[in-house]
Amino acid sequence: MASPSTQHTERYFVPAPSAWPFLLTVGLVTLVIGVAGYLEDSNIGPAPVIIGAALAIFIIFRWFQGIVRESESGLYGTQVDRTYRWAMSWFIFSEVMFFAAFFGALYYARLLSVPWLAGEGSKLATHLTWWPDFEATWPTGGPAGLGGPFETIPAFDVPLLNTLILLSSGFTITMAHHALKDDKRRNCVLWMWATVALGCAFLYFQAEEYIHAYTDLNLTLGSGIYGSTFFMLTGFHGMHVTLGTLMLIVITLRLMKGHFKPESHFGFEGVAWYWHFVDVVWIGLFIVVYWL
Amino acid sequence: MAKHGWRGGWFGTRPAKLAAGAALALAALSAHAYTQSSGGYNTPVGVTEISREVYGLHMLIYWVCVVIGVLVFGTMIYSIIFHRRSKNPKPADFHESTTVEIIWTAIPFVILIAMAVPAAATLIRMEDTRNADMSVKITGYQWKWEYEYLGEDLRFFSTLTPELNKARQLRSGVDVTQVPNYLVDVDNPLVLPVGKKVRFLVTSNDVIHSWWVPEIAVKKDAIPGYVNEVWTRIDEPGTYRGVCAELCGRDHGYMPIVLKAVPEAEFEAWLAQQKGQEVASAAPVTATDVPVAAAAPAEPAPEQQMAAAEPAESESAGLSKDELMAKGESVYKANCMACHQANGAGLPPSFPSLVGSAVVKGPADAQIAQVLKGKNLMPPFAQLSDPDIAAVITYTRNAWGNDAGVVQPAQVAAQR
Amino acid sequence: MAHQETHADHGHDDHAHHGPEKGIMRWIKTTNHKDLGTLYLFFAFTMFFIGGLMSLVIRAELFVPGLQFVDPEFFNQMTTLHALVMIFGGVMPAFVGLANWMVPMMIGCSDLALPRVNNWGFWILPFAFGLLLSTLFMDGGAPAGGWTMYPPLVLQTGNAFPFLIFAVHLMGISSITGAINVVVTILNMRAPGMTLLKMPLFVWTWLITAYLLIAVMPVLAGAVTMLLTDKYFGTSFFTASGGGDPVMFQHIFWFFGHPEVYIMILPAFGIVSTIIPTFARKALFGYDSMVYATASIAFLSFIVWAHHMFTVGMPLAGELFFMFATMLIAVPTGVKVFNWVATMWRGSITFETPMLFALGFVFLFTIGGFSGLMLAVTPVDFQYHDTYFVVAHFHYVLVPGAVFSIIAAVYYWIPKWTGRMYNEFWGKVHFWLSAIFINITFFPQHFAGLAGMQRRVPDYAVQFTDWNVMSSVGAFGFFIAQFIFIFNMLASCFGWFGRRQDLPDRVWEGAHGLEWTVPSPAPYHTFEDPPRIGEGELTAVHDEVDALDHHRLA
Ligand code: HEA
Ligand code: HEA
Ligand code: CUA
Ligand SMILES: [Cu+2]
Repeated sequence: MASPSTQHTERYFVPAPSAWPFLLTVGLVTLVIGVAGYLEDSNIGPAPVIIGAALAIFIIFRWFQGIVRESESGLYGTQVDRTYRWAMSWFIFSEVMFFAAFFGALYYARLLSVPWLAGEGSKLATHLTWWPDFEATWPTGGPAGLGGPFETIPAFDVPLLNTLILLSSGFTITMAHHALKDDKRRNCVLWMWATVALGCAFLYFQAEEYIHAYTDLNLTLGSGIYGSTFFMLTGFHGMHVTLGTLMLIVITLRLMKGHFKPESHFGFEGVAWYWHFVDVVWIGLFIVVYWL
Repeated sequence: MAKHGWRGGWFGTRPAKLAAGAALALAALSAHAYTQSSGGYNTPVGVTEISREVYGLHMLIYWVCVVIGVLVFGTMIYSIIFHRRSKNPKPADFHESTTVEIIWTAIPFVILIAMAVPAAATLIRMEDTRNADMSVKITGYQWKWEYEYLGEDLRFFSTLTPELNKARQLRSGVDVTQVPNYLVDVDNPLVLPVGKKVRFLVTSNDVIHSWWVPEIAVKKDAIPGYVNEVWTRIDEPGTYRGVCAELCGRDHGYMPIVLKAVPEAEFEAWLAQQKGQEVASAAPVTATDVPVAAAAPAEPAPEQQMAAAEPAESESAGLSKDELMAKGESVYKANCMACHQANGAGLPPSFPSLVGSAVVKGPADAQIAQVLKGKNLMPPFAQLSDPDIAAVITYTRNAWGNDAGVVQPAQVAAQR
Repeated sequence: MAHQETHADHGHDDHAHHGPEKGIMRWIKTTNHKDLGTLYLFFAFTMFFIGGLMSLVIRAELFVPGLQFVDPEFFNQMTTLHALVMIFGGVMPAFVGLANWMVPMMIGCSDLALPRVNNWGFWILPFAFGLLLSTLFMDGGAPAGGWTMYPPLVLQTGNAFPFLIFAVHLMGISSITGAINVVVTILNMRAPGMTLLKMPLFVWTWLITAYLLIAVMPVLAGAVTMLLTDKYFGTSFFTASGGGDPVMFQHIFWFFGHPEVYIMILPAFGIVSTIIPTFARKALFGYDSMVYATASIAFLSFIVWAHHMFTVGMPLAGELFFMFATMLIAVPTGVKVFNWVATMWRGSITFETPMLFALGFVFLFTIGGFSGLMLAVTPVDFQYHDTYFVVAHFHYVLVPGAVFSIIAAVYYWIPKWTGRMYNEFWGKVHFWLSAIFINITFFPQHFAGLAGMQRRVPDYAVQFTDWNVMSSVGAFGFFIAQFIFIFNMLASCFGWFGRRQDLPDRVWEGAHGLEWTVPSPAPYHTFEDPPRIGEGELTAVHDEVDALDHHRLA
């Protein structure tokens, strides 16, 4: 039978009414209108993009500031903590599915469409009618060799280096976590800066690679299906690393301000999870995009 | 023609008629359904072994559903009637029974297996395109079909007839119920021999289309850059109609298919005579001397020309303005009028006016490029011959008070 | 739906306890699940109306053969927007609104887990659809490539194109945040004693729906992103000459698209499973198998997507696999239908409006399911595909399916929301008109489709006239009938016609569940101190449930 819960449960924290979400939406929408205008080269100029982005970033900043304040002033009980854990896990799951779409495209291109265009499977007629002298190779710019001939980036070169960098960053952040748990703040902060540094190093090499690809290798977004999948996958991953690095920096600064307790520090763990996710995605990239 | 009088009656859509409802409708419909053997309300039985099998499967699964439906709905109606509170004030209180639940999980499962087996068998037969007697390559364009008899160097376009094209315009003022074969008639039908296994190679030149003739139970998507294979063997001579079944833009509803199945001898004759045309039409032709087309349209069907006459024409550089204007007008009617309208005013915003338009007044090369490549909603017209494109561009640059000079086939050729 | 401000600050004045703000700001800034539920429902309502108007443009043009009113291009724009508005603006937000209102009250918690995110998820929607609908006024008009957005056709869209893509992205963000919120709430906020297998089925179906949403909305986002780069950044995902394949888009789209259609029906199953027991005065038959059936439908929905693509020329093995997998879905769905019938069996049934719509759902959804099963048979689908038979199929599952369930839910819970009973007579009138007209609208489309009328055309061969005349008449009738509903509901919201707030907590004497243990109208804050649920209260027979009286909770 139901009865008022006798044992003391602290109430679940319900935030006060807030204008952040609404303003964030306004910012985002202004931003996309600006981008859309740019894509359809209408003459609305960069104003909406700048204003929108600025507003969005500002609000996100304020929003998280608020969350930090609430959390530090002890409004979040264990149940709220669990909420954030669940929410972060599901959010990462949705990110995984987003990458899945592009990995799926890569899979489809390599195992289905390219061989088909070369006449394999049930698609001989396709080959003979449209692309008689196309052979299935990977990498490929497609039957029409879109984007012209290009070279690819060897896996066991910078990409390998980047792999090592990300792996070790996974290690450093774990060390930081342990340090935080046994309340060794200085070490923790040091490990965190190390992680940040590794993240930046990764981004630096990635940028180098892109420049190299565009200038020397003639490998571009337009280089047929190879260029498309290569840049979409690595590009979106790069964006996630950038985001992750920013999050790491924020967390580190918070650590330096003395935030988080050895026993409860989900802000830290959430970012760590995210970083590991970015890490794992890269392993996938390294194997199927660069290596195989 | 009873049907027309009857139709006419419909047009007032008198409520009485409406009330008369399906029964009446079916009776009259079956008379002139474009899918004859459909009776106007069902999947056509069709004229091939496969189409009959498909029809069989269709009816089988249909009856399976009907029977299950009767049982399920019957039970529901029973308890709605007899287990209402007035009849049954005290509800029973059972709320599970593993045995029952296992049974009604198992039975549908079995039914489905029984359904899947014959379906799979038919499907496997449908997909077997091996050792065909002849092959026809079908290419979809926005918005027409091109047929190429492989190995016979015969290829031609098949387009909605000019009459229908006129009748189907917005508020054309034509009573379409009086137009025979409204929306399902073409200038040049696909002609095939009965009794032969014909393999179709279906592909597309621009967006995805889908080649569908219900009477032979063939529907295959036409995918740009890819070729799909499908086959048929038609038993009975006759005219079988179909439509494009994949949304392909503005005139998706106006690219029908007409398939004429004829005895083999007749087919051979037709083929020979068509090839005759090919030779004869080395000089610029008008559709009128193409028998198939002559049947329907009085106006020229330009696709016919370019299909046949390309080589000869592209040599004949330097046409006079009048030549170009005359030719251009017919090309315009057949290819551009649907969107840009006869008076060139277009239908803004989707279809810009050509009267004094920047593109038309601007540099010729830009306009040629746009006609060849297309832009947004405007499909590419690269399939037209250089002279046709030169002509139609000249026409747009000089009709409706425009005055932007002449374009020669050579200029077009230069941009290909 | 105007909550009583009086209720707003009953209980304890601790800092985490907020009454609503005043005026418009209440709705812009609210973090309250009831306010947001209300916003979602009014938004969905508006979208249903707009989408309905678009469908009337379609039906008006198709009334008789010949092109009378609109240019074919504009017709295609209507078809495309109609679908996007109805699916992403109508059905999905309506279900999210119902989840907002009911899930916390059903599992006994004070609000959704992430109230601010909840607010964000809602406010994205009006902007997203503002973007989408604004394309109607752009050069080249609105997107006209069908809601399935197949390339290369969709790449011919004019200035509207990026707005379409970004609108879809925004809807995706909204759905994902909403879904995460629901999942977390259900997994983390259940009242003590509310074990998973005690949760009301509406909560269960929403849990699984939310999981589907989180799994597939990002995939849609990825797909449209590739469209964007193909059009503007020279990628060639969907271009053969670059080694891509237009059909690849269809695979990715339908990997989202098929689960999407179950996203639009699972919550409906939950609603029907809640309403039928109430008015049959008998516990739901086979609660557990209902849960398992829902789960297996969700699982299967990931491996059947290519049944939308039987004609693209897949390898034979693929066609066979997707045929078998698709047919399988009939089994768990059948279990649900049978369980509903068994629940009614030897019950003590009354036929208030929510029950009428629930029963209408069971009949008409099943018909739509049958046609779905027919479509699953690959060789026959070659005949059905892209004809009005398909249009008839999915409208049967969507309109008398999803939409009827939403209407039923609103009738069922509006007394709890507003404290005012709707008008039963007009409710019944609304049901019968809707049920009759919806069949007049969509049943003839089966025949038109079978006889060869293809989809997405503004005009048709004369032979199809009769079917289309009926369909159009039905469509207008159905649309008009909805005004009865709108007025009936608004009257309860705003107390028109002197409707009083004089309802008991348990509005329906046969109803079970925690939401019936709080006052009507439900106070602005409910279950801030979670109730405790003991053995078998939620599925058990009535008098036990009375033990959950809110007086003892307060
Ligand atoms: C709410 C939405 C919804 C739902 C629930 C369904 C349910 C089903 N759908 Fe439907 N479908 C759509 C929405 C939906 N569909 C939409 C929107 C499209 C078109 C998209 C577009 O192209 O624009 C579509 C298209 C579509 C196609 C593609 C048609 C084509 O384009 O060629 C197919 C093919 O297999 C299909 C199959 C099914 C099946 C097998 C089910 C099954 O889940 C049905 C199962 C239910 C039953 C079978 C009835 C009850 C069961 C019993 C009483 C048990 C006993 C019964 C038997 C054993 C027969 N659907
Ligand atoms: C949920 C989805 C949904 C809904 C509700 C509808 C509703 C209707 N649809 Fe829809 N339709 C689609 C989804 C939907 N449709 C899709 C996906 C397509 C395919 C598009 C494509 O090919 O790309 C389509 C295509 C489509 C076509 C084919 C167009 C073509 O192929 O060219 C037609 C033609 O008759 C049509 C007609 C109608 C009609 C008359 C209704 C009427 O039912 C409209 C009247 C309904 C209302 C007025 C809403 C009433 C609801 C309420 C009042 C609920 C209250 C709400 C709350 C309380 C929150 N639709
Ligand atoms: Cu071609 Cu539709
Ligand atoms: Cu499906």
